[in-house]
Amino acid sequence: MSNIEISVTDPMVPPSPPVMSGPRRTILRRLEPIYWLGPAFLLIAGVVITPVFFMVWSSFRNIDSVGFDHGWAGFTSYHNLFALPDLGPVMMRTIVWLVSVVGATMLISLPLAVLLNRQFPGRRAVRMALVAPWATSVFMTAIIFRWMLQPQSGLINIVGHALGLLHNIGLTSAQADWLGRPGSALVWMIIVAIFVSLPFTTYTLLAGMQAIPGDIYEAAKVDGASAWRSFSAITLPLLKPAAVVALLINLMNVFNSFPIIWEMTRGGPGDQTATSTVFMYQLKASSIPMAAAMSVLNFFVVALIVILFLRFSNWKERAI
Amino acid sequence: MSVEVVPVTRTSGAKRVRHRRPLSARDWILSIVAYIIAAVFLVPYLEMIVTAISPSNQLGTSQLFPSRIDFSNFTSLWSLGLGTNLGVSLEVAIGATILVTLVALPAAYYTARKKFRGRMFFLVLVLITQMFQPTALLVGIYGEFSHLGLTDSVFGLVIVNSAFNLAFATWIMTAYISSIPVELEEAAFVDGTTRLGALRRITLPLALPGIVTAMIFTFIAAWNELVVALVLTTTPSHQPLTVALDGFIGGYQIDWGHLFATSVISTIPVIILFAFIEGRVVGGLTAGSLK
Repeated sequence: MSNIEISVTDPMVPPSPPVMSGPRRTILRRLEPIYWLGPAFLLIAGVVITPVFFMVWSSFRNIDSVGFDHGWAGFTSYHNLFALPDLGPVMMRTIVWLVSVVGATMLISLPLAVLLNRQFPGRRAVRMALVAPWATSVFMTAIIFRWMLQPQSGLINIVGHALGLLHNIGLTSAQADWLGRPGSALVWMIIVAIFVSLPFTTYTLLAGMQAIPGDIYEAAKVDGASAWRSFSAITLPLLKPAAVVALLINLMNVFNSFPIIWEMTRGGPGDQTATSTVFMYQLKASSIPMAAAMSVLNFFVVALIVILFLRFSNWKERAI
Repeated sequence: MSVEVVPVTRTSGAKRVRHRRPLSARDWILSIVAYIIAAVFLVPYLEMIVTAISPSNQLGTSQLFPSRIDFSNFTSLWSLGLGTNLGVSLEVAIGATILVTLVALPAAYYTARKKFRGRMFFLVLVLITQMFQPTALLVGIYGEFSHLGLTDSVFGLVIVNSAFNLAFATWIMTAYISSIPVELEEAAFVDGTTRLGALRRITLPLALPGIVTAMIFTFIAAWNELVVALVLTTTPSHQPLTVALDGFIGGYQIDWGHLFATSVISTIPVIILFAFIEGRVVGGLTAGSLK
């Protein structure tokens, strides 16, 4: 992935078009972008932009649970939402969820990327093993973990017992109902979220490392730099752009993450393991306008992450 | 960082030579650590397979491996109607793959080759779409699609999945097409080929790795999608496999045997497909924002 300069010539010089002139030709040329980009634009406008308006609009309407619209409701849904005693704990949990999953993912994937950047026999096979949680639907992985966490028969409990780990923390197998208690359920869901976030993050950091020209390291070696010194003075600073992009993409994915919590606890008991995304979905069952109001709040977080992404990624250099 | 356009980078000669040196103790330790990590990543999926081939009376016991292998979960799952759901998933995934390719390819070709008014606007729009997730817009998508009567339909799921994978496809195809020297197309023009002819005979074959990556990625993403389908489909026979399996989990008694047999069928092909494009996905996901 080190080949950055891929465009040998200026790609902006259009291939010389067949010669034709006249006003008709000019109008056709003007309209040209529309028939090349029109379908893409329509798809984005119809499925990504329009729902934003529908979402904001629904949050100001009085829509009953069957979907029937009883008219304008002003800020009622927002008032009701903020009056919910559960909203505060849900938001706190969302912050814990975001910080712990993204933080741990970043911290673990750095040494993983360093390891995969080295030559060793079977490296390709190890890379392939990391593909499994990435390619598999997050929802499947969550279900498998739920199965492995079954109190009596789950793999994690069986192995934990065999190693004496559960005994040490004073649990019999019947008590090791990890998903039955909100606290331990949240810890396990965080672990699963880290597990499924690691492959993408590791690969992104790995791509960042492989883009660093080898001769910089050669030069450092000639100057007598230790391995640690080259890592901290060359790899880490040059890896920063890749790390920032990976961080922001992870923030977005983890904030919007739904299947892990949904499949492992349904956000329950009640909403005690729900993040704001799952809470929004739970609200939808009872009140569509309140779910819409919650979505609008979530949307501010999402918009903030998008703005940071546009700010920190050097997409312009690539786009031009 | 850009997508790996030139294959030279992967297996450079220097690395191959270095590979043949005798292994030091440090290499051995590194390898062993790496194998243990790889095993940890594979365990859940191996457990999935082991559960699927266990006889149903041996599930829920505290033994790690079944005493015999039993494929009855695989043969009996079709009678549960899951075949229909598998079909819906296939239709949605294939439909989204075709639509994304048809829509993204012209857009990518034009943005890669031309400077025009609104080019930047289009690229930023695509980049923003890339970051968005359907989950964030769930209520809005539900509202809009109810109005349009697109709930419970394959077409509805096809366009949602297409829209949210369009960005990845557009970015990766643009990167590949702009790496192809314009001279190659110009030479074809000189030889009297039309623009479409040059596109078909020169640009498309050279950009094929990017196009295939986009297609496989879209297929997998649509195949794995759960949240939107959960909201948009209510009739069991119109639900894709993910929603049908979610129904398994919702019940009081979970039928783990059939759940995992179906998971194996729907997961293993996807992992194999993904392995083909693994090296090129990061470039598309980070929208070429890494240098």
